[in-house]
Amino acid sequence: MLSSLVGFLGDFDSAEEATAEAFAIAAERWPRDGIPGNPVGWLVATARNRAIDRIRRERTLAEKTHLLELPEAIVDDFEETKIKDERLELLFTCCHPALATEAQVALTLRALGGLSTEEIARAFLLPEETMKRRLTRAKLKIKQAGIPFAVPADHLLPDRLAAVLAVVYLIFNEGYGGRAELAAEAIRLAGVLAALMPDEPEVRGLLALMLIHHARRRARFSGQELVLLGEQDRSLWDTAGIAAGRAQLEQALALRGRGPYVLQAAIASLQTDAEIDWNEVAALYGRLAEATGSPVVELNRAVAVAEAGDTERALEIVDALELPGYRYLYSTRAELLRRLGRRDEARAAFERALGLTVSEPEQRFLARRLAEL
Amino acid sequence: MKYALLIYDKPGSHEALEANERESVYREYFALSEDSRCVGGAQLGPIEAATTVEVKDGRTLTTDGPFADTKEVFGGYYVFDVADIDEALELAARIPSARLGGKVEVRPLVEQPS
Repeated sequence: MLSSLVGFLGDFDSAEEATAEAFAIAAERWPRDGIPGNPVGWLVATARNRAIDRIRRERTLAEKTHLLELPEAIVDDFEETKIKDERLELLFTCCHPALATEAQVALTLRALGGLSTEEIARAFLLPEETMKRRLTRAKLKIKQAGIPFAVPADHLLPDRLAAVLAVVYLIFNEGYGGRAELAAEAIRLAGVLAALMPDEPEVRGLLALMLIHHARRRARFSGQELVLLGEQDRSLWDTAGIAAGRAQLEQALALRGRGPYVLQAAIASLQTDAEIDWNEVAALYGRLAEATGSPVVELNRAVAVAEAGDTERALEIVDALELPGYRYLYSTRAELLRRLGRRDEARAAFERALGLTVSEPEQRFLARRLAEL
Repeated sequence: MKYALLIYDKPGSHEALEANERESVYREYFALSEDSRCVGGAQLGPIEAATTVEVKDGRTLTTDGPFADTKEVFGGYYVFDVADIDEALELAARIPSARLGGKVEVRPLVEQPS
């Protein structure tokens, strides 16, 4: 509903205030007069009228005249498709590259996730004041810099869609370390996006990827402790979630999707098979590394190569990587060295990884590995 | 909405071009200034010609410079009247300096009441 109004008003704050007012009016009237046939339409129309009232009061005559030309909202004609389009426009606005990434994330959660400022602050372990300032600054930038409420033109769409997907995936990853509500929110956002842009394979690829990862969340932890894929209790996997993820992946592949998210979803899907084909996983990581040029992907390819049985080759791949300060480089290297029986080097690498890790479950996991050496 | 596209050149980047390349780069700058959306702009003279003025306690201090010891030097600007920032960003990306080691800063103009 907020997105519908923002699209109409072109102004976050007015929309927020008007929405709050509309809810207050509803709280007063609905118990008395009964709930209207189209509650959302009613709320949007009421909020619009409130906002127009306010703007009429507040602005100069010239602007008033302009506003009076705005179409009157007619409750019964309020179309669902219009809401959908406006949600999409709002999502592209929130994820505009002229905004800092952290602001994109916060705005998306606020405007489309329906999270309160306090909830977002808590999810990112920041004081509420800080998050409030971040959101205020971002809204001001949208207004002052003329960031449009629009789905980008076709020639801009691939880059801009990639930015939207990156924000959604960032939200998911914030939740992956344990804050499950953020992961669920990211999945919900991707689901909305898939409904809005059903022909974009990468949207479905991302949705599939997150669904499959999320389906394994209960097996990733034993109490507070982190459990690696190979040691996970598969009976804890959410089979319905995995099936939903695979269904999305199939649709993405049917749309000829071969982009980074589709490839990652295919890898995640392979890793849920009873017998994992690690050679195939390594080959997919190879294609992903080509597509992204990412050393982190190469690191994952090394893990797959090791799982396929070639530990020496895996270590060669790892040692060729330039990822200074990246904790998973050291933890992976440590694990490979351990398997090769090079215990002193393994210990040094585990210690290095431990020093770089801030997540407590990961710290305990590494400490356990180190103790087992 | 009006945007200023502030061009920060990498010093020497344009002079380093071959004569024919330089000519085609200048044609690109000219094409942007001839665009119907362009409502203003200027190319600045070299930074060696710059003079700096400060007023302190009512006294005017005039100094030679600043000199080009920075990575980028403000070299000129365009003002475009466009629908939104997306259009402004696309125009900014067409400014040759942006791919010649320089940067373009996109700033909305404050609308003056008429």
